[in-house]
Amino acid sequence: MGIEQPKTLGSGFVVTSLDKLVNWSRASSMWPLTFGLACCAIEMMATGAARFDLDRMGILFRASPRQSDVLIIAGTVTKKMAPVIKVLYEQMPEPKYVIAMGACACSGGIFDTYSVVQGVDEVLPVDVYIPGCPPRPEGLLYGLMKLQDKIRAERNTFGAVIGIGEVIHHPA
Amino acid sequence: MAFNTETMVINMGPQHPSTHGVLQLILELDGEIVQKATPHIGFLHRGTEKLSEYRTYHQIIPLTDRLDYLAPMSNNLGYVLAVEKLLGITDKIPERAKVIRVLMNELTRLKSHLVWMACHALDIGAMTVFLYCFREREDITDIYEKVSGARMTSNYFRVGGLSADLPEGLEQDIRAFAESMPGHIETYEGLLTGNRIWQKRTIGVGHISAEAAIDIGITGPALRASGVDWDLRRDNPYSGYEDYDFEVPVFEEGDTFARYKARLDEMRQASLIILQALDKLKPGPILADCPKVVLPPKQDVVESIEGLIHHFKIISEGFSPEPGEVYQGVEAPKGELGFYLVSDGSPKPLRMKVRPPSFVNLQGLPQMVEGKLLADVVAVIGTLDIVLGEIDR
Amino acid sequence: MSDQAIVEKLKAKFSSAVLDVVEHRGETTVTVEKERIVEVCTFMRDDCGYNFLCDLCGVDYLGKLTPRFMVVYNLYNITTKQRIRIKIPVAEEDANVDTVSTVWGTANWHERECWDLMGISFNGHPDLRRILMPADWEGHPLRKDYPLQGPDREPYQGRLS
Repeated sequence: MGIEQPKTLGSGFVVTSLDKLVNWSRASSMWPLTFGLACCAIEMMATGAARFDLDRMGILFRASPRQSDVLIIAGTVTKKMAPVIKVLYEQMPEPKYVIAMGACACSGGIFDTYSVVQGVDEVLPVDVYIPGCPPRPEGLLYGLMKLQDKIRAERNTFGAVIGIGEVIHHPA
Repeated sequence: MAFNTETMVINMGPQHPSTHGVLQLILELDGEIVQKATPHIGFLHRGTEKLSEYRTYHQIIPLTDRLDYLAPMSNNLGYVLAVEKLLGITDKIPERAKVIRVLMNELTRLKSHLVWMACHALDIGAMTVFLYCFREREDITDIYEKVSGARMTSNYFRVGGLSADLPEGLEQDIRAFAESMPGHIETYEGLLTGNRIWQKRTIGVGHISAEAAIDIGITGPALRASGVDWDLRRDNPYSGYEDYDFEVPVFEEGDTFARYKARLDEMRQASLIILQALDKLKPGPILADCPKVVLPPKQDVVESIEGLIHHFKIISEGFSPEPGEVYQGVEAPKGELGFYLVSDGSPKPLRMKVRPPSFVNLQGLPQMVEGKLLADVVAVIGTLDIVLGEIDR
Repeated sequence: MSDQAIVEKLKAKFSSAVLDVVEHRGETTVTVEKERIVEVCTFMRDDCGYNFLCDLCGVDYLGKLTPRFMVVYNLYNITTKQRIRIKIPVAEEDANVDTVSTVWGTANWHERECWDLMGISFNGHPDLRRILMPADWEGHPLRKDYPLQGPDREPYQGRLS
């Protein structure tokens, strides 16, 4: 009868408040993987250093994919590197997000050649695209804040944690 | 009782915080001793050399930024010098352009060495140095931004000169920065040189002799730390380096500590060269007067029809050097950066080969780590100052 | 010793093997026969002092020259600070050259790169594997008949490609 509704805990006051709690904790402690590919990685390092200071947003770089929530693809993805990135993504625990940082990760950029994957979205699902070659640290910060907005808008996150239904990423 | 002593193979990279990018090392270990180290590269091979065969000579300059992305202006300089040599206009470059090139090139050397020191110290466990070095690096990126509009990928030099003159008031900023730099270097030295942990991790680690270093092709500070007194800025001067008064630091020990000292001294010399260049800076043109190959000054493009036509022709068609081949080496922060250009008389090069210093220096890694401890591998990767963008191109 | 004198010395030793000497923009290029490259390189290192191999690469002259390839050796003398360039012509159907990694250790990776990207193999090389491309890659990308975007993708139809 009509469109099948996704299975959730519903949208009562208690349930949405619990969702908000889960979203708040996830958005306030996004831990990206220390993973640089090319030029953008240097800007990513600069963002983490003293002047821009990612730590104040609860963003700490982790060296292991098992401890990370966000994969920042900072640089050119080549055909030789793409399988490695896929493995890294699969090693990360849910929930996990991908940021394509820079023109190369978004679309291949100026490297329209035989060895370059034309955008990391051919390999992974991307949540936020940041343009620029390389993007300024402010650009990366804005992209991370956009991802926080996206996380805060998710629904049924509490339900998914206790095993009822799936997370709704794009609520209508 | 017989012990079962098998060697163990471990994989380091391509995702490893201390491989400086996407380097993969396959290490064969006997206990904690490295028996065999095999570097695997190519994870960032972007096809720059192939791509440049499809671009006009001016369109290649932004590609060179992205080779050694820690020192973009050194790459720009090496490339434009090679093209100028190919065109035969090397002696027509105006004095002001040459001085600004030297000035920016030495700032680039500081910029690259700051990232080297930050990462090298971070890998060995000294976190504070990373934060200090990036603080100074931000000052240089600010200068970059004022000069070229970009923090990293500058694309500032042009064949025959520069894309724009220095903005007003920047000379004072650069002078203030260069004068403050020796004090900052003292700070880093205070944190590291006398530090016992730092000394234990670097003295005697990753030793390479002068003969072995020449055989393997190591250049730059890494070679000078092994006792070979060779600096292209002094020995095959380009862009007016013969007019500057600077010393080339040479150390005999050939270990990681000597390479650290050599780079620190190079940073001190770089700030001295910057001050000398600022003293030499006189008003004048920034583009050579060769209308068929060098872009006309912006004012001419707006005001005169010849200027507009030349600009349009050079941008849309490019210029065609006569057939021939040249090799131009420059002393980049990491060693000898060479551009080998072959022209067939068309507006696009037949072949552009980059001789990346990191590619050759990395070849020395197995010699430096085999028979040593696993923990030293990280120190040696740091001391070689590799950047994967130019290794893989 | 000037470049001229070096070339004379080289000609005196390998008279028949020196095919061509060109000077362009103050740089000397000597073309020699490919069969004698190891001898020439050893002579250059031991008797002329060119103890440093800066660079080694292949150039593809498809449709412009026969034989098709050139292998280029850029040498440097650390004592006198001089450069010289040696080239050898290599035919497509017989694309193999004797390795000079016995003369300079640095040639090892350069030759691997030349094999990987240009498809010129080196006889007697200790470890001739692909270096930049994945091990299972087909073709040699820097050859002129290899498309820029690779064989499996339509070329971009934009203005600049």
